[in-house]
Amino acid sequence: MTSRDEILARVRRNQPAARELPAVPGFEQALPSPSRTFKASLERMGGTFFEPPPGTDIERLVRKTFPEAKVICSATVEVAGDRPIDLVREPAALEDVDVGVVRARFGVAETGSVWLSEAELKINALGFLAQHLVVLLDPADIVANLHDAYRHRGFFEAGYAVFMTGPSATADIEGVLIRGAQGIRSLTVVAAPRAAATLS
Amino acid sequence: MKRVDHAEASSRFIAAKEHVDFHDQRLWDLRQKRDREAALIPEWEDLRSLASAIKEHALSRLADYLEEFERNATANGMTVHWARDAAEHNQIVHDILAAHGARTLVKSKSMLTDECDMRPFLESRGIEIIETDLGERIQQLDDEPPSHIVVPAVHKLRGDVARVFGRTIGTDPANSDVPYLAESQRRHTRPYYLRAGAGMTGANFAVAETGSFVVCTNEGNADLSANLPKLHIASIGIEKVIPRVEDVGVFVRLLSRSALGSPITQLTSHFRKPRPGTELHVILTDNGRSERLGMADFWYSLKCIRCGACLNTCPVYRRSGGLSYGSTYSGPIGVIIDPAFNLRKYSSLPFASTLNGSCTNVCPVKINIHEQIYRWRQLIAERNQLPMVKKEAMKMAGKVLSSPKLYRAAVQAANAGLEYLPRFMIYNPLNAWGRQREVPKAGRQSFREWYLANRGGK
Repeated sequence: MTSRDEILARVRRNQPAARELPAVPGFEQALPSPSRTFKASLERMGGTFFEPPPGTDIERLVRKTFPEAKVICSATVEVAGDRPIDLVREPAALEDVDVGVVRARFGVAETGSVWLSEAELKINALGFLAQHLVVLLDPADIVANLHDAYRHRGFFEAGYAVFMTGPSATADIEGVLIRGAQGIRSLTVVAAPRAAATLS
Repeated sequence: MKRVDHAEASSRFIAAKEHVDFHDQRLWDLRQKRDREAALIPEWEDLRSLASAIKEHALSRLADYLEEFERNATANGMTVHWARDAAEHNQIVHDILAAHGARTLVKSKSMLTDECDMRPFLESRGIEIIETDLGERIQQLDDEPPSHIVVPAVHKLRGDVARVFGRTIGTDPANSDVPYLAESQRRHTRPYYLRAGAGMTGANFAVAETGSFVVCTNEGNADLSANLPKLHIASIGIEKVIPRVEDVGVFVRLLSRSALGSPITQLTSHFRKPRPGTELHVILTDNGRSERLGMADFWYSLKCIRCGACLNTCPVYRRSGGLSYGSTYSGPIGVIIDPAFNLRKYSSLPFASTLNGSCTNVCPVKINIHEQIYRWRQLIAERNQLPMVKKEAMKMAGKVLSSPKLYRAAVQAANAGLEYLPRFMIYNPLNAWGRQREVPKAGRQSFREWYLANRGGK
C-alpha cells in the first residue's frame, strides 16, 4: 500500500460523521467612501496613500518621491522607469532595484490591502526584492471587505497572488515594530484611475 | 523516552526575573491587542462560529477534500507527495533536493518542519538550511527550538539576540539596538535568497477547489523564498485543507487579529501553479493526524489554525515560557496536541493549566481547549501516568474531600499547622504547591466555624 492510500484509508476510517458546510455571508457594510476607509486601513499597516490631482504625471511623482533612486523598475504603462521589466530574465537580476512600480488588480478597504498576481508583477520577485514599492490603484477597484475580495475570479486564474498590506515588517525582537523587514521597506499606494487602454 | 517535567523545566525560566516579567507583559499586550481588534468587527462571534463549522465540516470529509486538492494541484502543475510520518516527510524533502542538486535551502517558518525535526536530518546530509523568519533564525543560530508558534524568540531580550548575532553573524555583540539587529539579519539573509537552490514554506490553508495553498507572513521572507529559487517545496499538514476559496476570507479575517492584533498579515500569499520553468512540490503530511481524527474527545484540536492566541492568554504559559513544554507545540494547544503524539513523554503537560478556560474563549475556531485538558488529565490518571507524588497527594485528597469528618479535621489541623509548623514542613519537596508561593494567611475561623456561630442555631 502506498503512503497516499494508507493515509486516505485511515482518514476515511477515522473521520467523524459528516457535518454540514455553512454558507459564507458577505457581511456587507455600506462604506460612504471606500477610498477613505482604504487609506485609513493602509496607514495603520504602515503604508502611504497618495491621491494626486487628475492628470498628474505618475512618473514625475515617483521620481520626486524617491529622489535618490538609481534604478526604478516598472511593470506599468504609466511609468517607464530605468529598467524595462520585459528585458529582465532572472528574478535575481532585480536585486539592485530601488523602486518597483506595479498596478494592483484591486484593493480591499477593510484591511488596506492591494492584490497583485504574476500578471501585475510580471516577475513576482519585483514585489519583494525592490527596496520600495509604488502601487497604482484605481479607486473604482476597491472592494469593501475580505469576503468580497475572496470572490474575485483572480484566485481561480492566477498562478501566484498576494495581498500586500503595507511594507514588510517584523516585531520578533521584544515586540519592537520594524517596518522594512526583509521585503520592501515602504509601500506607497497611488490613487490612479486606469488609462482607457488598460481597462479590463 | 524521557518524561518532560514542565514544572522543573519552567523553574529555569522563572529564575530569570527580568525575562519572565517581560515575557508575561509582551504576551498579555498581544492578548489585549487581539481584544481591541475583535471589538472592531461586529460579526466577530459569527466569524468564529463560521470558522469552526467550516473546519469541522472539512475534517468530517477530509479524505474527499484531500483527493480534490491533489487532483487540482496536480492539474495546476504541482507535484503532490504524501508522507505518513516525520521520517518519510524528511526523506521526501531530501530526495527532491538531491534530484535538483540543491545544497542550500532558504525556508520560511513552518511548525510542521519543526515537528518533523527536519533541520538536523537535512544538515547531517550536507544541506545548508537558512531559516529566514527573524525569530526562527535567532532560534536556529542559538540552537534552540522555537518557544512560541508565532513569535519564536519571544522569550529572549534584545541583549540575548545581540549576543547570539555577535557570535554567529558577526554583528557587534554589545549593540542591542533592535533596528540594527533586524537590519543586520536582512543584509545577512539577502544573498542566500539570490543563490539558494531551493525555497521552502509551510502553509496556513490548502484550498481543495483550486488546488492552491495560502501562506500568511509579515517579513517578506516566505515570498522571497518561494519566488527566487527554481524549486519551491511546501510542507502541509493534512488537516490544513479547506473546501472553497471563499472560506479563506473567514480565516484570514480571524488569523492575524487573533495572533498579533493586526487586521491582516502584511502578506497573504496564494500559490496555485509553479512559475514557468520552475517546480513546485507539496508534501501532504500525516504524522499522527489521521489517528487523532479518530479520537472522539480530541479530534477538535485538528481545527487549530496556529494563531497562538491561547498561548498569549494563558497565565501558565506566560510565566513558564514555551521551552519548558519540551515540544514544538507549547501553551494550551500544545498541552492537548502533544500527549496524542506521546502520552508518556508529555504526561505532565495537561497539568500545566489552571483550567480557567481563557484559551477556549479566545480560540478563533472555538476549540474546547480547557475541556480537552481536563479529559487528558483523566486519561493520564486512568493509564497510570501520574507521577508518584501527585498520585499519592491526589489519593489522600480524594479520601479527605469525600469524607466531611476527615475534611473538618484536616482543616483544623491545617490551620493550626500553618501557624505553628516550622517553614521546612510546608516548603518541602513533597509539597509542590509551596515551592514558588507563600501560603496565604489563613482566616481566624473556617467557614464552617463561622456558619455554626452565626447561622448554626437557625
